[in-house]
Parts: sequence; C-alpha cells; structure tokens
Amino acid sequence: MDSLLTLSESTILTWITFIPLIGMVAILCVPRQNMSLVKGIAGLATFIPLVLATMVYFGDFQIGANGYQLVQSTPWITAGKFQVNYTVGIDGLSLPLVWLTTLLMFIAVPASETVPRLSKAYYALLLMLGCGITGVFVSLDYFLFYVFWEVMLLPMYFLIGIWGGPKREYAAIKFFLYTLAGSVLMLIALIAMYLDQGTFSIPEMMAIGKAGAWTGPDLLGMSFTTWAFWFLFIAFAIKIPCFPFHTWLPDAHVQAPTPISVILAGILLKLGGYGLIRGCFPIVPDAFRENAYILGVLGVISIVYGAYVALGQTDFKRMVAYSSVSHMGFVLLGMAALTEWGMNGAALQMFNHGTSSAACFLIVGVIYDRAHHRDLNAFGGVAQVMPRYWALATFGFFASLGLPGLAGFVSEAMTLVGAFQSDDSRFQILVLISCLGVVLTGAYILWALQRVFLGPLNEKCKDFPDINGREIFSLAPLLFLCLVLGIFPFYLLDWMDTSVVELMSLLNPGS
Amino acid sequence: MDHPLTSLDWNLLLAVPAIPLAAYVLQIFLGKRLPGKGDWLPTAGMFVVMCITVRMLFVALGAAGHGPFFHESVREGGPVFGWFYQAAEKDPSLNLVAGILYDGLGAAMLAVVGVVSFFVHLFSIGYMKGDRRYHIFFANISLFTFAMLGLVLSDNLLFLFIFWELMGLMSYLLIGHFSHDPDSPRINQAAAACKKAFLTTRVGDTCLLFGMAMFYYHFQTFQFSEMWRLAAEEVARNGGDYPTWMTVAGLFVFGGTMGKSAQFPLHIWLPDAMEGPTPVSAMIHAATMVAAGVFLLGRTFPLLSPEVLQVVTVVGSVTALFAATIGCTVNDIKGVLAYSTISQLGFMVAAIGTAGGAVGTVGIGLVAGLFHMVTHAFFKACLFLSAGSVIHGCHHEQDMRKMGGLRKKMPLTFTAMLICTLAIAGTPLFSGFYSKDKIIASAWEVVLGHGGWIGPFALVCLALAAMLTTFYMFRLIFMTFFGKPKDQHIHDHAHESPAPMVVSLLALASLGLFGGKMWAMDGDVLGEHTWFESLVWHVDHETGETEQFLYPGLDLTKMNIASAAEARIHDPEHTAHIGHEAHTRALIVSLGVLLLGLLGAVMFYLVRKIDPARVTAKLGPVYTTIANKYYIDEMVDGSVIRGTMVLSRTQTWIDENIVDGLVILIGRTNKAFGFVCAWIDKNIVDGFVNLVAGVTQVCSSVVRMLQTGRIQQYVSFAVAGGILLAAFHILS
Repeated sequence: MDSLLTLSESTILTWITFIPLIGMVAILCVPRQNMSLVKGIAGLATFIPLVLATMVYFGDFQIGANGYQLVQSTPWITAGKFQVNYTVGIDGLSLPLVWLTTLLMFIAVPASETVPRLSKAYYALLLMLGCGITGVFVSLDYFLFYVFWEVMLLPMYFLIGIWGGPKREYAAIKFFLYTLAGSVLMLIALIAMYLDQGTFSIPEMMAIGKAGAWTGPDLLGMSFTTWAFWFLFIAFAIKIPCFPFHTWLPDAHVQAPTPISVILAGILLKLGGYGLIRGCFPIVPDAFRENAYILGVLGVISIVYGAYVALGQTDFKRMVAYSSVSHMGFVLLGMAALTEWGMNGAALQMFNHGTSSAACFLIVGVIYDRAHHRDLNAFGGVAQVMPRYWALATFGFFASLGLPGLAGFVSEAMTLVGAFQSDDSRFQILVLISCLGVVLTGAYILWALQRVFLGPLNEKCKDFPDINGREIFSLAPLLFLCLVLGIFPFYLLDWMDTSVVELMSLLNPGS
Repeated sequence: MDHPLTSLDWNLLLAVPAIPLAAYVLQIFLGKRLPGKGDWLPTAGMFVVMCITVRMLFVALGAAGHGPFFHESVREGGPVFGWFYQAAEKDPSLNLVAGILYDGLGAAMLAVVGVVSFFVHLFSIGYMKGDRRYHIFFANISLFTFAMLGLVLSDNLLFLFIFWELMGLMSYLLIGHFSHDPDSPRINQAAAACKKAFLTTRVGDTCLLFGMAMFYYHFQTFQFSEMWRLAAEEVARNGGDYPTWMTVAGLFVFGGTMGKSAQFPLHIWLPDAMEGPTPVSAMIHAATMVAAGVFLLGRTFPLLSPEVLQVVTVVGSVTALFAATIGCTVNDIKGVLAYSTISQLGFMVAAIGTAGGAVGTVGIGLVAGLFHMVTHAFFKACLFLSAGSVIHGCHHEQDMRKMGGLRKKMPLTFTAMLICTLAIAGTPLFSGFYSKDKIIASAWEVVLGHGGWIGPFALVCLALAAMLTTFYMFRLIFMTFFGKPKDQHIHDHAHESPAPMVVSLLALASLGLFGGKMWAMDGDVLGEHTWFESLVWHVDHETGETEQFLYPGLDLTKMNIASAAEARIHDPEHTAHIGHEAHTRALIVSLGVLLLGLLGAVMFYLVRKIDPARVTAKLGPVYTTIANKYYIDEMVDGSVIRGTMVLSRTQTWIDENIVDGLVILIGRTNKAFGFVCAWIDKNIVDGFVNLVAGVTQVCSSVVRMLQTGRIQQYVSFAVAGGILLAAFHILS
C-alpha cells in the first residue's frame, strides 16, 4: 500500500462493514420463536453502522483532501510471492455510497414486516448482504473486492429464491448465474493483471494504468488492456445494468420482496457504476478512452430503450425496474463523456437514483400489500381513499422523473450538460437523443400515476387503508434526501468533487 | 452613483418568493386544522407580496428615470449563493452561482404576478368554498405563485429553468385538482388533462434544456448578463452575423417557449387545461405559466439570431390566427377564453419576432410583445374570473348556448367582463390598445422596410386575428349577457357572486382599463409613453431613436436588430418616415378591424340579422374542420402518441423475446449441452470405463478357468512349458 495515498488511518470502516455480520451471528444464536428479539438485533446491527457512517460523513472525513482516508491495511493471505492485503479505505466517491448502503439496510428492516414466510434466516441473510455490499465499497484491494462481491451474491440468491414471488426460483437462478458470469470475467481479468504486475492493490493498479505500464501480451489482435477493459466492463455493466445485459433485473425485481427490491435498486446497481470508476476505468484508462464513445452509446440506448420498455409495462414494479435501466444509463453517459460535470453528475446520479428508485419500490410495495397485485390497469382513483399515500407517491415519482428542486434533476442536468461538453463532439448527438428519454420518463410515470391514483375509484380499492406509520417511517428519509439534495446538492458534490478531479486526472493524462 | 436599491430592497425581494413558499409549507401541513381551512393564510401572504412588488415597481420606475444604471448586473448588490459547490475556490464556470436579477422587465412582471395572484387567491375564497380539497388547493396555488415569482427573479437560465419546471408540476397538480373528486362529472377528463399539460410542455422544456446545454458549451455560464455580453462578442467576432450554432441553439430555446406559451403545434394542452378550477385557469392563462414562455424570450432576446426571429414571427402569427378562428366556433365559455389566450400569446411571440425586422423604431416589437404580456395578464385574469363568476352563478353550467340575458342578474360581473372584452379587443383608452397597436405597428414596419413574405404574412395574420378577437369576444358577451335566457331554469337561479369574488373582478377590471396607460392622469390617450416603456426602452417617437435598458451595454442594432441600423445609415429620413407611417397605418388597421369584428358580432348575435347556422352550413367542411380544432389533437394522437406506443410495444417485445430470449437461449443451450454431456458421460465416458472393466472381467474369467487349484494340472502345465522352451531352444 502506497503510504502517500493514505491520509488517515482508522478501524471504523471495518466496524461499519462487519457489525452486520456480528448481528447475523447473534441472530443465528437466538431461538427461532423469538422473532421480536431477532428483529431487534437486526435493527440494531443496521442502525449502528448508520450512526458510524454518519459520523464519518460529517466528522472524520476531510473534504477536499486527495487520496484515501480512514485506511486500515494489514496482510491477509501470504503464500510465497502471493500477497493479499486486507485494505479498506474511502474517498469522496465511495463514502456517499457507503452511507447510502447503511441507510437502506436500516430502512429494509422495518420494511420487511410484510414479507411472507418471514423467519430468522431472512434477517440473517439480510445482514450478510449488508456486510458484503459495504465491503465492496470500502475495499482498496482488488482481491478483497472480489471476495466481498461474491459474498453479497449468495444471500441475495436465497433472499429472492425463498422469500420471493411465484416465479422466485427462476428469477433467483437467473440473477445468480448472470452475475456469476460477470464475476468470472472479472476474475479472469484480475488474475491476468496480477500475473502481469504482481499486485492486487487498487491504488497501485491505478498508478500502473496511469503510467501505461501493463505489459501483457496481445491476444487475437486486441491489446492486453483492451481485453482487461472489456472483461471488467461487462462484469460491471451487468450490475448497472446497461443494455443489453439488463434482462435479469426486471425478473429479479418483480419476484423479490419489497425490501430486497429496495436494496437491489438502491445499492446493488450502484456496485456496477462504482465498480467502473474504481475497478475498471482508472486501471486501464487508455482502453477506456478508446472505447468511451461506445459506452456513451450504450448509455443512451439504455436511457431511451429503458424508457420505451417501461412505457410498455403493465406491472407497476416491472415499470419501475425498467425505469432503473433508463436512469442508470445517465450514469454511463456521464462517465463516458470524460468531463468534470459529466463525472460529477454520474456519481451524483448513482446516489440520487439510490434514494429515488428505492422510494419508488417502497411506494409500489405499499399498494401491493393492500391489493396483492401490481396490474396498473386494475387500480383507479386510489388517491381518493389514500390521500397521504398519493402525496408521498407523487413526491417519489416526480423525484424519479427528474423534477427540478428534487435530487434527480441536478444529476441529470449535470450529466447532460457535462456530456455535451465532451471533447468528442459526437456526444452532442447522444445528448440530443437522450433528451427523448427525458420526455418518455415523464410519459410513463404520469401515465402510471393516472392509472393508479386518478379518475373514478375502482370498487376493489375502496377499502384500502391509507399509508401507515411504519411505511412512512421507511419512506420519509428517502424522500427527505431527494428534497435536500435537490435544493442543496453541495452536500454531496463538495464531498465528491476532489475525488472526481483526481479520477479525471487518472483518466486524462493530459490534464 | 449609488445603487438605487438598498439592502432593505434586496431583502424585500428575497421575501417575495419566500412568503408564498412558507405559506405553502404551513398550509400543506396545518391547513386542514386552521380556522377556515387556512384559506386566509396564503391570501394574506399574497397580499404582502403584492404590496412589496408594487412598492418595488415604484422604486424601479423612480430609478428608471435616471437612465440605465438601474439595470446593470446586480450581482454585487444582491444576495448570492453557490449552488453546486460551497467550496470557495471552485472554478466559477463549473459552479453555479445564483442571484437575483431585478431590472425593468422583472419589476413589471413581478408586480403583475403579485397583483394578479393576490386577486386570484381572494377570488378563490369565494369560488372554491365547499371543495373537497379546499386547503390543498390553496397550498398548491401558493406554490404555483412562488414558482413564477422565482422565475422572474432568477438571474440565470438554469434557475429560470428550475422554476419553469416547478410551474409545470404545479400546473399538473392544479389542472388535475378535480381528478381526485368523486363528485366531479369530469374526473376522467381532469386526470387526462393534467397529464397532457405536463407532457406537452415537457417536450418544450426538454428542447430548452438542450438549447441551454448548447449555450453553456460555448459560453460556460448560465448567468443572463454574461450570456448577453458573450453573445455580443460572439456576433462581433463573427463579423456581425450570428454563427450557425447560435441559430440552432436559439431554435431549441424557442422550443421551450412554444411548449410553455402554447404556440402551434404545442398549444394542445392549453384548452384542456381549463379542466382545472377556474381560478387556476386564470393563473395559468394570465400571470404565470404561459407568460413564462414570453418572459423567456424577453430574457434571451440577444441570443436569438435574425433567422430564429423569423421563425418566431411565423410561428406566432400562425398561432394567433389559427387559435382565433377556433375561438369563433367554441361554445364553452372557458373554451373561448382558452383559445383567445393562445391567440394573444401568438400576438406576443410574433411581436417579439418582428422586432428583428422592424426598421423604423428600433426594438418596437420586443417592447410591444412584452408589454402585451403585461396588459394581457390583467384583462385575461379578469375575463377568466368573470367567466368563473358566471359559471358559479349558473351552478356550474359552462355552455354559452344555455345562457343569455344575464346582465341584469349579474351586473357587476357583466361590467368587469365588458371592460376586459373592450381591452382585449384593443379599444382605445383600454389597456390592450396600447400594446396591441404597437404590435401591429411593428408588423407594418417590417412590411414597409423589407421585401420578403414574412412581413406581409405576419401583418395579415395578426390583423385578421385581431378582427376575429373582437368578434368572438363580443360573441361571448352577447350570448352570455344579452338576448333572451335560453334555459329558464338556469336563468332563474343565477345570482351575483359573493363579495370576495366581485371585489377581485372589479379590481382586475380597473387594471384592464388603466393597466396599460394612466391616460386619465396625463391625457396622453394615444400612449406615446407608457409606464412599461419607461422601464425597459426609451423610444423617441419623433426621431425613432431608442435607448434600451433591458440588456445593459448591448447594442442590439449590431446584433439581431441589425436591419434597422442598416436602413438608418442608408437613409435616415426614410426610416423616420417608416416609423411614422407604420404608426399611422397601425392605428387605422387597429380601429378598422375592431369595428369590423364588432359589427360582425352585433349582426350575428345581438340584432341577429344574420343567422350563424346559415353561415356555418355554407362554410360546410371548413367550419367542421375549425370546430374540431383542425383535428390537431387527433393528428397528435394518431402520429406521436400512437407512434410512441407502437415503438414502446415493439421494444417491449424485443426485450422479452430477443434480448431476454438470447439470455434464455444461452441458458437453455448450456442446459442442453449439460444433458448431452451427461449422456456422453454416462454412455460413452463411463461406457468406456465399463468396457475396460468388462474386458478385464472377461479376460479374468477366462484366466480364472486356469486357476483350478489342482496340483496335477499345474505340474502338467509346467511340464508342457518346459517342453515348449526346450523345443524353442533346439529349433533356434
């Protein structure tokens, strides 16, 4: 570990990562019947990391400092020349996502109340998932990163496969195999790069990438770095998910129980975007620059295509799932543009999508718990019986739509304006096309709102109770974040900016 | 020289949007529990806002007399905050610093919004009584006002856009107000209308966003004053012409105006928007929402190239005439007003477009268009509220064919509506005259100064539209207030509206009369100098010399009003002559079309010398087309909406069957391959192993036969072997 890159040392990240795992062990020791204790432990094991992460956000973390902070590094596996370190640390790009993870994990516990066949294994797996996701965000060692990446896959498989909807096995297997296929590509690239330069340390690999020092052989007419780039890109693109690797997402979302959908949309997808800026682009920057335009095109296809397909859905949750494909396309577009605003917008969009799409899934969950179906055409006039729910749902969906004053607008506008400024003038056309997606987003969201909430009351909906306190408790923090970050985006941008500038200097050797 | 605005003034300006915002928050959370469901709270807040904006208008009027210093960039004096980043060292081109821009145009518009909005609030107390979501209505209308006030005060394009979109949201919620009401007979229409309004304007908004991205790419700033300056530099660098990219970007910005200000063909949302409660229509059609588009043109005028202005002229003229023809066929009292709004917006937009080509008086069209936005806000708000009063009095009947003879039942409403009808028709002494006359004059200047078809086209469209305006507005008056009652039941129960409504009507009507020009004070009835002009543009009508305060430090005659300067240098006397000539001709045309339209309405609907049914029968398909709004809605449904749905369904199919199909295919292939492997494994690989084992077994069973355990046999084998070996040795 290059000590120059380390600003401060601390064990707090380890605590944030592993407290859920301690909670999991504790839950396994509790008798099966005592569910209230299980829920209590789950709540505590997600609340403490949230408090710690908040303390890091507003306390320990130094804004405007280069490099990684709160680093803890110790040798983990040593076998001859083979050396793997346990290295964790954060910068402005990972910190917001770590915080978001702890928040959504905390929200997921009360939101799980209505999951059918609930048992203590559910909470144990949920906590294990939290540990895996946080671990990916804090890892500074690629091997560790990969281990956490796989750790989070397993609980997700069971959470969808056991507590999901009618087609849960299909969805779970599809999710698992699809992600695993990506992981294999990542592993191949990882081993090849280790054999080339003999390090798993992400900062060191970035330095090698910046110096252009990868020496691996060409293969089938493509350079070593290009191969590594595409392998890593596909691994992360599956997670984003970007067209054409997205079809696991709607199935997984529709079958997963509400809190798992929230985590899936809120943070699991961010692993893809985060993986690109931490474990792909800066490691092989030359190959990235060569192929940036293709990524931009894929991003725009995701935006427009995702919006069109969302418009064609009749399942409420499936529509929201496809809206994720559309919104995450902005992340790819902003990154590919290689401008400061574009990159900032992409990083911001990841966080904002994390809050707004998580809120949208909670909103869908509320109506599903009452109607036990999600057919958009079988509602109507729900606003009359559930006025508070209508107000919150409108809020959430308009945040997702990118209404100014709410968070999504800042990131989408920054992304679009940033992409327009790209040195590659072909991006201007891409921005123009993606504007179509902006209009379509309005179309499918308003159409859905109209069909569910407005117009004459559907008789079957007339006994629905309004949204209750527990549901508001889960939803309120997300909506609050959408509002605050829409009005004061600097609460994220100030934190991220230095790291974004640093990232840009890694990607653009000229600047 | 000292800055004319004190720090108190700045704080008051900050309070202007803050008050309705605070009222919104209080009202949405507490409204239901407050006495009177809190209707007094936003109304009182708006009263304070009105007082502040009017006071500030007088400050501005006082300062304007001293010259253009008042309109300098106010960054230094005003409150400023960094939006994207708080870090002080952040490159300002990447950060977004927001402040307040308070200039002549802003002062006028702010006061208009404050005044109109207060009276709409007051009116609503009477009109909305007993509504199911009464407190929510007041909260929303308050936030709607907040959005417009913020838009007017924004000193940069991005903040303008934010408030612009916020207004879109509020219009969505307010137009859809009745979509929650199970007792409303038009609950479905309201639900569809609010969606349509939001989506149609969003098409325009997205164009605007793209245009903004283009300007930002070249200018690295969203601040208006910087953009104006950089545009001037860019044009100067380019030898006095606008570069192509500015034309393209300008067209995209104008796309935003087309959406918000309901220009053809994005006008389709506005007639449907009357599904909202009538006070909301008054807000949307007058001071907020549609005015925002025209206001945007005022703020971005120096960025628009002459080519863009030509497009603006044509679109505006077409809209003005097109909507006016429809207005003559509508029977819904609010529908007539809705189409009249579209038509009047066409006037404003066309006027701003003609500013680029008018040669006599520099910038007359721009001033006239913006001025018409101001006067129109007064009389259109009053007209809508009067229509609301009529609807309220007739127990929610909106069809004019069932009204008639109401003038004795509702004398005050009648008075207010008549005044504003005279104003919108452009009758001298009424506010609309002062702005509309200048619009026609601007069109005349283009005709007199240039060849080309755009000038005559605009003039003919606008003159015809003005004539039709008079016609359909008096048609409305005659059908509603004159003649015999068509439906005795409605007539019997009709009553004058309660006090808050009538007070609002009369207050706005008096502004409809005097809002353009206080001629009663100085006797200058022809309106050589209006208060609005003194704020934005000093025009010397004798020489045609002008001095503009809208864009400090810019010489527009070197930019998009270049034709005027060229003509002047070429022949100064001729241009002065054109100015006079246009003015005289405009007056004649204005009065001529006014009388013609009035005469037509009288013949058709008052003395009934001509039977409208005969005329419509003669017109046949032409009438049917107009009465069906030229089938624009059907065309949009058939092309855009159906096209989108087809694309959507196709892509959903592709997604399910091809993209996902491929994934499933890969899965199935692998699974099948697995089964093949399993078969091979079981039958071939394992079979080979079994074969080896089998062969071994066979061999061993053969060999086993030898293993008998009898000594005699082993000895005989040994002997035989020995004989064989001996034979071998002997033979070799």
